[in-house]
Parts: sequence; C-alpha cells; structure tokens
Amino acid sequence: MIELKNINKTFSIGKTQVEALKDVNIQVSKGEIFGVIGFSGAGKSTLLRMINLLEKPTSGEVKIDEKNLLTLNEKELRNVRKKIGIIFQQFNLLSSRNVFDNVAEILRMNHVPKNEIQRKVEELLLLVGLEDKANQYPANLSGGQKQRVGIARALAMDPEILLCDEATSALDPQTTDSILELLLDINKKLGLTIVLITHEMDVIKKTCDRVAVMENGEVIEQGTVLDVFSNPLEATTKIFLRNLYDDTITEDMVVRLGEAGHSYILRLAFRGDSALDPVLNVISSRFSVITNIVHGSITYLKGTPLGILLVHISGEDANLKQAISYLKEEVYHVDVRLELKKHYEEVLAQ
Amino acid sequence: MMERFDELLPLFTTSLYETILMVGISLVIATIIGVPLGVLLVITRAGHLAPNKWLFQILNTIVNIIRSLPFIILMLAIIPFTELIVGTSIGIRGAIVPLIVYIAPFIGRLVETALLEVDYGIIEAYRGMGASRIQIVSRIILREARSGILLCMTIALIGLIGATAMAGVIGAGGLGDLALRYGYQQWDLPVMFGTVIILIVLVQIIQSLGNYGAKKLKKTV
Repeated sequence: MIELKNINKTFSIGKTQVEALKDVNIQVSKGEIFGVIGFSGAGKSTLLRMINLLEKPTSGEVKIDEKNLLTLNEKELRNVRKKIGIIFQQFNLLSSRNVFDNVAEILRMNHVPKNEIQRKVEELLLLVGLEDKANQYPANLSGGQKQRVGIARALAMDPEILLCDEATSALDPQTTDSILELLLDINKKLGLTIVLITHEMDVIKKTCDRVAVMENGEVIEQGTVLDVFSNPLEATTKIFLRNLYDDTITEDMVVRLGEAGHSYILRLAFRGDSALDPVLNVISSRFSVITNIVHGSITYLKGTPLGILLVHISGEDANLKQAISYLKEEVYHVDVRLELKKHYEEVLAQ
Repeated sequence: MMERFDELLPLFTTSLYETILMVGISLVIATIIGVPLGVLLVITRAGHLAPNKWLFQILNTIVNIIRSLPFIILMLAIIPFTELIVGTSIGIRGAIVPLIVYIAPFIGRLVETALLEVDYGIIEAYRGMGASRIQIVSRIILREARSGILLCMTIALIGLIGATAMAGVIGAGGLGDLALRYGYQQWDLPVMFGTVIILIVLVQIIQSLGNYGAKKLKKTV
C-alpha cells in the first residue's frame, strides 16, 4: 500500500547540509499498523511527512497503491492527500472554531452538502466519544479530548491511511492508553492503515504489527514487532526495549552463578502461549544439566504475550551443547548470552 | 468656554466629521492593500505555503523603506505622486493618498505579525488533508488570526488618526487642522483643549472596542 524506496533527504541549514534521511526503505501493507521508533532527531518525523509529501525527498520514490506521488501535479497530489489523515502531538486544532466545525471544516472545503456534513460529523464524534462536546471550543478540552477531535477530523474524508505524528507524546499514560485503544478500534472497524511514529516502545508494543527503528536518519532495524522485540539486534533497539523488560546480566549475577563451574546464561524468548516449563524439564532430565531461572518477564504485544527468560544452565560441556541445540529447535528464539566461566574469571581478575 | 459653545460646536462637529471621513476612506483602502500584503509577507517566506525569496525581499524592503519615514515627511515627499493620482495635493483628497501610502505597509507589517502567530502545525494539518493554498489562507490562517488582526487594525486605526491630524499641515481639514489653525496660530486654548479631549475620547473608544472584540474572537475561555 505504502512504499518508500531509497529515500534520501538533505536539508541545507545555512551552508551546512544535514542528512535527515539516508537510503530509507519501508513498505506498509494495507490494514497494518506500522510503527517507527527513534530518539528525537532520528528523522522519524521527516519520514512520516514523506508519505503525504509534506516533505519532498531529495531522491527516492514515494508510492501509494503503486502510484508514484512525485510524478503528480499539485491537484492530483491534493486528491491523494485527501485520503491520508494525519494527527499530531500538538493536536493542531483550530482554536477559533468549536469541535463540530473543527471536524466539519475540511468537509466544507470539499463542498460536501450541509446535511451530509451534519450526519458525518455526528457519526465521527460518536466514534471518538465526543458526541456531547460538539459546541465546545478546543481551549476547554483536555489533551485526550483534543486528540479525539484530531482523530475525528483526520477521519472526516474517509481516508485509507492515518499518519500519527507522536500522537500520544503529550498525553498522560492513562489517556495515552485510551487513545491507543481508539486507534486499534478504528484500525479494526475501518480497515485503516496506520503509520505512527513515537519514542515510546510502549506505544509500539500496544498497537503495532511491524516496527522500524531509526537512528541518525537511517532505519537500522525493522521487522514484525514479535521478531524485533524477541531478538533486538541493534544497541538502540535494546535501549528502547529496556523500558519493557530488563534482561541485562549484572556483575552480581555473574559472581553468584560463576561458582557453579562451567555454565552458560541463556536468553530465551518465547511466545507466552507456548508453555516453557516442559522444555526446561526435558533438558534437565534428558541432558542432565541443571537449569535455574535468573530473570523472567512477560510483555504483551498487542495481546500476544512475549516471554523473556534468562536461564542459567550448568553441567558437562557436551551436555550443555546438546541442551542448547535442543532449545534452539523448540523455543522461539535462543541465544547464548554469556559463557559464564570465562567471564567469571575476568570479573574476578579485575 | 461655555458662552462660545454655539460658536465652537459646528467647528468641532465638522472637523470630527472630516477626520472620520479621511480615516474611514484611507483605512478601507489601506486594509484592502495591507492585508494581502501581510499575507504575502508570511506565505512567501522560506518553508511556508508559497516560498518566493525575491518577492519576499522586495515587499519586505518596500515596507521597511516606507515605515522608516515619519508621516509628515512622507506626505510632503510624495506630493507629485499624490497629484498624479487625485489631481491635487491639498485638502481631504490630497491627504487620503499619503495616508494610504503611510498606513498600508503598517497594516501589512502588523497583519504579518498576527498571521505568524498561527502555528505552522495547523497549516501543515490542512495541507496534509489536501486543502489548497487559497483555502488555507482564507479559511484557516486569516480566520485563526482574526483576533490578532482586529487588534492590529485597532493599532493601525489609532496611528491613522494621529497621521490625519498631521495632514492639517496641508490644509486637509479635520481635528488636526482645527488645532493647528485655532490652537496654534491663534492660541485659542479652548479649541486646543477641546481637540485634545475629543482625540482622547475617540482613541479610548476605539481601543476598548478593539480589545473587547479581540477577546470575544479569541475563544479561549
């Protein structure tokens, strides 16, 4: 549905050139919720604005439904934009108009008949739960309510795509959750394709199907949320995930466990609906290794539980290797985080 | 002063009428020039709706040049231009041209400031939803800035009244003319004070109405 191909964007600030985006490639399928995460200045906002060409790439292609937007004239581009809603961190509502008019204005601009506007706006305000606020001005609304108006406005033209620019970053956690639920709801009800950018992993975890991680204008990692969350490859991704689960191995652990002799710390990622206990039992009995859970946490990814375990296993070297290869077949993702003996000696030597 | 009431009243009413006439006509025409000028000064700047470096620089320079001249000098300096346009450089007609030339760039600059107060995010929101530039200017920017624009017009109007008084120098009539002829040349204090009081009341009323209107339009409470 959305395809960004080899996108580069260079801004000139005075005489210095800033590369905001470097060879970015992203594809978003219809009906999917795609998240882009990164620290501020990573280029996510510029990336999001490429999709409706609020920012034009220096080079590369922007395609929506196979149509290259860069080849369109002004009028054709405006017609494409009508099918792309957008919501913002700062809401960007019209302060001089009430809630009803905020949603209605874009319909009026498109010469929708008056009774049709009335019907459409009422329907949208009902959808976002603001049916009793139609006559209020934005100044009298809470942040969450303002964002609901923003969402209703973005949906007014029956878009196929919704772009969310840090839509929950100005909201408290509880309000954030209610807005995210609304986004999930409209994604399901209306089959809307959603692209959101955020700096909060929590937002990605609650809503997204796939995620791209950005750093310094580059997409450094992308994939399904389950894949990226269970096996983050890049340091930045790991930093973001630390807010959800902390699987760092502390020196204290190393000192405590290292005494057990030759052993490993394994990091197991598994879908929480597949029971893990039997697997650990199997390896202890079949390969006579001793297992010990050091850290465990479960995170829900859009309702699907993802378990992260740090397991300490010790025993004969040959048995350990067999046990690990067995686990690799049985469990969603396994990696050997630490060969403990070696590291233990290093720590002690310090 | 009271015994001269009958003598002075028609003098004041005529002068007030002339002032209002000059201010009214030049304000309307200057607004028709000044508001689009303000819009252009905003949308032609870099990164805005219709970036155009040259147009922005030209308009900006013209506004700066005119804005650096005090009205009394501007009025005298453009006499040939005034004669070209209205055929005379004196009287009410002769005053209206320099008043417009003086106040239109001022309105342009004030409107520019008011329009820049509109968060670019709002403009981006409507650009993103496929609104045209004309729609964004007329239905979003100007409307969002209307409270600020009203305050600007209030300031411009008061400035215009001040300039109109100076037009008394070229025999334009109005309160300035009255104060000049009676108050200054004949040292007729009652007329001088009468003019001062009328001006103070006039400006107070305009400023209060402007503030009230701007507050009403702001919709923040």
